[in-house]
Amino acid sequence: MGEKRNEMSRRSFLFNAAVTGPLLFVLGPRVLKAQVEKAAEGEELIHYYAMGIQVNKCIGCGRCVSGCKTENNVPKDPFYFRTWVERYIITAEGEVVVDSPAGGMNGFQDLNEKYSILRSFFIPKLCNHCGNPPCVQVCPVGATFSTKEGVVLVDKDYCIGCRYCIQACPYGARFLNPRTKTADKCTFCFHRLSQGLVPACVEVCPTKARVFGEIGVRSSPLTRFLRFNELQVLKPDLNTEPRVFYANLDGVVK
Amino acid sequence: MPLPDQVKRLIIIFVLLAAGWLALRHRLVPETFGKAGFYRSAAVDSIVALPISYVGHEVCEGCHTDIAELKSASYHRDLSCEICHGPGAMHLEDPSTVKLKPPKERSLCTVCHGYNPSRPTGFPQIDPMLHNPMVPCSDCHNPHDPKPPNTPEECGACHGEIARSKSVSHHHDLACTFCHDTPEAHKENPRAAVPQKPKTRDFCGSCHGEKAESTKEIPRIDLESHGGTHLCWECHYPHHPEAN
Repeated sequence: MGEKRNEMSRRSFLFNAAVTGPLLFVLGPRVLKAQVEKAAEGEELIHYYAMGIQVNKCIGCGRCVSGCKTENNVPKDPFYFRTWVERYIITAEGEVVVDSPAGGMNGFQDLNEKYSILRSFFIPKLCNHCGNPPCVQVCPVGATFSTKEGVVLVDKDYCIGCRYCIQACPYGARFLNPRTKTADKCTFCFHRLSQGLVPACVEVCPTKARVFGEIGVRSSPLTRFLRFNELQVLKPDLNTEPRVFYANLDGVVK
Repeated sequence: MPLPDQVKRLIIIFVLLAAGWLALRHRLVPETFGKAGFYRSAAVDSIVALPISYVGHEVCEGCHTDIAELKSASYHRDLSCEICHGPGAMHLEDPSTVKLKPPKERSLCTVCHGYNPSRPTGFPQIDPMLHNPMVPCSDCHNPHDPKPPNTPEECGACHGEIARSKSVSHHHDLACTFCHDTPEAHKENPRAAVPQKPKTRDFCGSCHGEKAESTKEIPRIDLESHGGTHLCWECHYPHHPEAN
């Protein structure tokens, strides 16, 4: 064995080195680059969805509420909502009155000077798709979860209907579906997103008060919204990291 | 040294328990559980497979190009077709039998355009009881290009709430243009040509000041001492000055 080690002559070693050295120098970076590109192609593109709401554009028509019910087959009764609209009235005396007749599904009637209004506005609400969702933490069977896209969903075939998540949600965004007897909530219209459509409430909003898009994508309409508005979230003190951002949100909104 | 009998039996029991636990776990835990997280990934697929009702305005515009073009330059350009016409999935499947005619009732329009004090300022609103009652909106306004059918002659046609408060106030016989210098173009393009508002106390003082040349009935104040540096309309609402 020891003798065979010196099999290569000095001449052939120098010849091989002269040929392979420059070859490696020229081709090496190209091969490396091709490998990096291949790895990048193989990686799954992760969408990271979020919604923006421009409060000063909402006219309280309730098209989002009825559109959501149609799209997602939510029971028509006036107390099951995946999204709803609240009317805030701050009276001249400083009292805050909040109402949401049938979730705003049929619009809002003028209160005909029942209150002397200091200011008033509408707040559309829905599941905030928290980055740190309390509802997911409390589910005993893992039937509610955050997907990699940042959307909080319910597995209705696996939910046992214990209602812990409904109690845990600080935004009141969940309800027990009377048909399936399982927890139900906004999915950001996940079935529409996978087809390149926006959620139904965003599609039917006549004033573009709702903006939908992906975080970190420059061409997304949401990026423009996040850039040009001063943003608030609901109940920031709970550290739930909501992914529904409000622009021009009044301080009295809870 | 051989194991004592009782230890052997214990080992058998433990092995059986462990095997039973594994068999039970295999049977009870769903197949796709834990693949992506602490949940069943098959649930995501079943949600993705749900049917769609609202097809999106791009699809409508693919066939109804003439309406899309008309609408694209109108006040309703940002409105999706399915807001008024309803979900279009059935129509897309069978365009000849399923038609999407929106109702002609006024309530379809007033859900957005009926007066409501909570709506944002500047959003066009009418009082359905006063604005041509019982006439369908589409008789005068084309929903795909909803500009007013004729140039409004009175300010109250659009600014109804202000006109109504002013009509019962002491300022009832003042024309709006007495205080608001309004360009003619405001009637046709309200947001591009905005009316002016009074800017100084002296404007109100020209009637209500002690030295003003106006009729005796008009209440007078001393501009120097009354209200300090506050502007008049910070305390008095000019469209209804006697209100609190």
